Amino acid sequence: MLAFTIRRLIQSIGVMLVVSLIAFVMFRFVGDPVDQMVGLETTIEEREVLREQLGLNDATPVQFLRFVGNAIQGDFGVSYQFKRPVATILGERMPATLELAFVSAILALVAGIPMGVYTALRRDSVLSKLFLMISLIGVSLPTFLIGILFIFLFAVVFQILPSFGRGEIVDLGWWRTGLLTTSGLKALILPSITLALFQMTLIMRLVRSEMLEVLRTDYIKFCRARGLRSRSVNFGHALKNTLVPVITIAGLQIGSLIAFAIITETVFQWPGMGLLFLQAVQNVDIPIMAAYLLLIAFLFVMINMAVDMLYVVVDPRIRIGGGEE
Amino acid sequence: MTDTPLLSVRDLVVQFPTRKGVLTAVDGVSFDIQRGEVLGVVGESGAGKSMTGAAIIGLIEPPGRIASGQVLLDGERIDNLSVNQMRRVRGKKVGMVFQDPLTSLNPLYTVAQQLVETVRTHLPLSEKQAREHALALLDEVGIPAAKRRMDDYPHQFSGGMRQRVVIALALAAEPELVIADEPTTALDVSVQAQIIDVLKRLCSERGAAVMLITHDMGVIAETADRVAVMYAGRVAEIGPVRDVVQHAKHPYTQGLMGSIPTLAHDSDRLVQIHGSMPRLTDILPGCAFNPRCEHAFDRCRQERPSPIQNGDRAVACWLSDQEVGQ
Amino acid sequence: MSVVEQSDRPGFIARMRDTDIWYSFVRNRIVMLAAFITIVIFLGALFAPLVAPHNPFDLASLSLMDSLVPPVWMEESDPRYLLGTDDQGRDILSAIIYGARISLAVGFASVAFAAVLGISLGLLAGYLGGRTDAIIMRIADVQLTFPSILIALLIDGSVRGIFGGQFSREDSAFYVLVLSIGLSFWVQYARTVRSSTLVEKNKEYVQAARLIGLHPIKIMLRHVLPNVTGPVLVIATINLALAIITEATLSFLGVGIPSTQPSLGTLIRIGNDFLFSGEWWITIFPGIALAVLALAINLLGDWLRDVLNPRLR
Repeated sequence: MLAFTIRRLIQSIGVMLVVSLIAFVMFRFVGDPVDQMVGLETTIEEREVLREQLGLNDATPVQFLRFVGNAIQGDFGVSYQFKRPVATILGERMPATLELAFVSAILALVAGIPMGVYTALRRDSVLSKLFLMISLIGVSLPTFLIGILFIFLFAVVFQILPSFGRGEIVDLGWWRTGLLTTSGLKALILPSITLALFQMTLIMRLVRSEMLEVLRTDYIKFCRARGLRSRSVNFGHALKNTLVPVITIAGLQIGSLIAFAIITETVFQWPGMGLLFLQAVQNVDIPIMAAYLLLIAFLFVMINMAVDMLYVVVDPRIRIGGGEE
Repeated sequence: MTDTPLLSVRDLVVQFPTRKGVLTAVDGVSFDIQRGEVLGVVGESGAGKSMTGAAIIGLIEPPGRIASGQVLLDGERIDNLSVNQMRRVRGKKVGMVFQDPLTSLNPLYTVAQQLVETVRTHLPLSEKQAREHALALLDEVGIPAAKRRMDDYPHQFSGGMRQRVVIALALAAEPELVIADEPTTALDVSVQAQIIDVLKRLCSERGAAVMLITHDMGVIAETADRVAVMYAGRVAEIGPVRDVVQHAKHPYTQGLMGSIPTLAHDSDRLVQIHGSMPRLTDILPGCAFNPRCEHAFDRCRQERPSPIQNGDRAVACWLSDQEVGQ
Repeated sequence: MSVVEQSDRPGFIARMRDTDIWYSFVRNRIVMLAAFITIVIFLGALFAPLVAPHNPFDLASLSLMDSLVPPVWMEESDPRYLLGTDDQGRDILSAIIYGARISLAVGFASVAFAAVLGISLGLLAGYLGGRTDAIIMRIADVQLTFPSILIALLIDGSVRGIFGGQFSREDSAFYVLVLSIGLSFWVQYARTVRSSTLVEKNKEYVQAARLIGLHPIKIMLRHVLPNVTGPVLVIATINLALAIITEATLSFLGVGIPSTQPSLGTLIRIGNDFLFSGEWWITIFPGIALAVLALAINLLGDWLRDVLNPRLR
């Protein structure tokens, strides 16, 4: 158990180091940082001074170590576009993205799991076929198109929901939330559904295929052969086994929600990290891109670890090692 | 005791629709099992043994279905019961033991949880009583230190121990009939005999009948009272075990018996049956065994023999009036 | 064993008709419809100059007089423009046909790029093993945890950062997109090919090939490729839909194909600005075209996967 945890921890650190390296290479070698920071009229001597100050003349490994060290302390440098520290900008934008992703994740799970279970149990019912059709459309329709359609329907035609922004924000000091006002909640509806749809269809299909697999196993047949009630067989024995692998993928999907938020935030002009990142890509603002990459990687690693811990709780085969007598 | 057999299978036909036509996995099978009797069902894989067992307990996977025939338990049909009625029969009246103990138990529940749930589904017991019942069962099937181990998960037991748990689960609600589908095939040779022993002892103590499905003629010879030999979805021969083993009448059974090496018998060679069982999709008219039969004649190629009853034996062979192959 | 008479061997068409693939294809009407739509769109895109009623890139034929004309069934429409025109007077239908051509070109090119890259790396990882394998598969693992859209955006941003001033956006956009999308999709191919290679590697013919002086990689490629044709085809089909969607998304986000030669995604982005002022057709029709194309290809991919992997049916 302990060995398992330590191994996972080392793996996570390895992943973070690889991503840091990529972020560093981007930061250091994509374009010249000095060019981005000064105007055209700056003399070569002044540039050289700045270069020395920034440590850009040091050996590359030293620069990398300094980059990692700074990143650990939350220092990602200064944005080329905004001329402000990247960490501060990201900090301002983070609550908006996290609230959006959190609400979407809940939506995706709450709708996706029951739909997956239903379509697995009633494979030939009309409703199942409808769900599967919807899921295929959900996978085929690009997120931004769904967003545009929602805006067209609910903001342009019916004019019942706002099409952009977060509505009224309450400042809690360390967190600016839109969850406490009516306009904030209303503003959240369209973006969160847009963001949730794709994940929902993925989770539904995943639950369905896992459930079908589990329903074919011997132990489920044996449950039926013992005359257990079908409710207990389907929702006790089968669903519990289905959810074990689903946890992993669902965890990763929640991570990718944050990345997919780039698109949703752009469509709805949602002032989160995704919109910030996109503006950074358009303007080749490398410090923000690198910091965002690191942040996403960190979130993924954390979610992965959380999922592994959850696994241990759910599956006795991992919790209690194989005790063949 | 009445004269009604405990289980009576009449002209059972199980079919699977496939795109190349309907596949008949079980084709007009009939047999009885008396109370407390052990009926061995033997045959090659694909002969329809397991499918017959699944049909009796109503667990044929769709799109397969019972196309015709009847299954009677205590003289009452159980093949046309509603889903919920059939559920009450399963476990309570007919128990089942599957082949592979490693996959038969739900890995996420303890042995005690699975037993208690099964007991309480069928018997009006409290949680505590059900637990005691479960403990007694585990003791009976020979789990050492059952009290301490019942709250372990299946993966903490060895294969042989798990199969004992499976037997305990199958017998949890005191069924009158236990269908054991290749209960020892997946086990080490060294524990096979023990498991058969446990199964036989527990069933005879409870007066439960057993339908023992296997391809191992040796197990049948030692365990069963009567034996049904199946071939290509049909019963080739059925009768008391001693008679069938020593005086097989169907050419296929003779081949099967010839392929068992025995110490007692002085046979100097192992007989083998040439060729292989036909695919169920291209069974010819006439006797299904005729392409492999040394004694086949015209009638065998045109007409299909039904089992001809003769005393307590029945043989589906046109030659069955006379002893063949001597 | 009886020898099959040569003359009895059925022809190719007859044999095709006996396969599971053909059976399931004919039985499944939706799949037939999807195939039909896909073929129509492919042909339309391929022969765009012949099919499209106007040439949206011919600046001489454009007239601002014709801008923002609604579809023919609405008032103030113009019978020359079936689905209306955009702000520059371009015919929407023609723009969609030409746009699909660009979207499909990016899609095919990036899928081909990803497949070649993934197959090569998978073969290399499986055959060489050891450190090469570890490095390639670690990169794959790390990359797999990130959504492809993020990777494409990062690559897109980096490439433009590196080559920034050297090429005009019009010239480079296509290649940057293919590179970004292709690099974000190679992992699945690599994994599939690697596992198949591991199986083949220890077979005797590989040793034998070495003995007679053939290069093992060359001979393995010949044996591994047939084994992975099915899975690779499924991955490629589903990836094609994904690549088209990714291209559209990037173009919509403003980092893809520029508006001088718009793809479907670019058209949607252009139209999005007019959504609130009531000119919905500029964005909705390209949107429908994109959705139908992606859905049809996805249906084919789903069906292929089910046919080639009946266990998950």
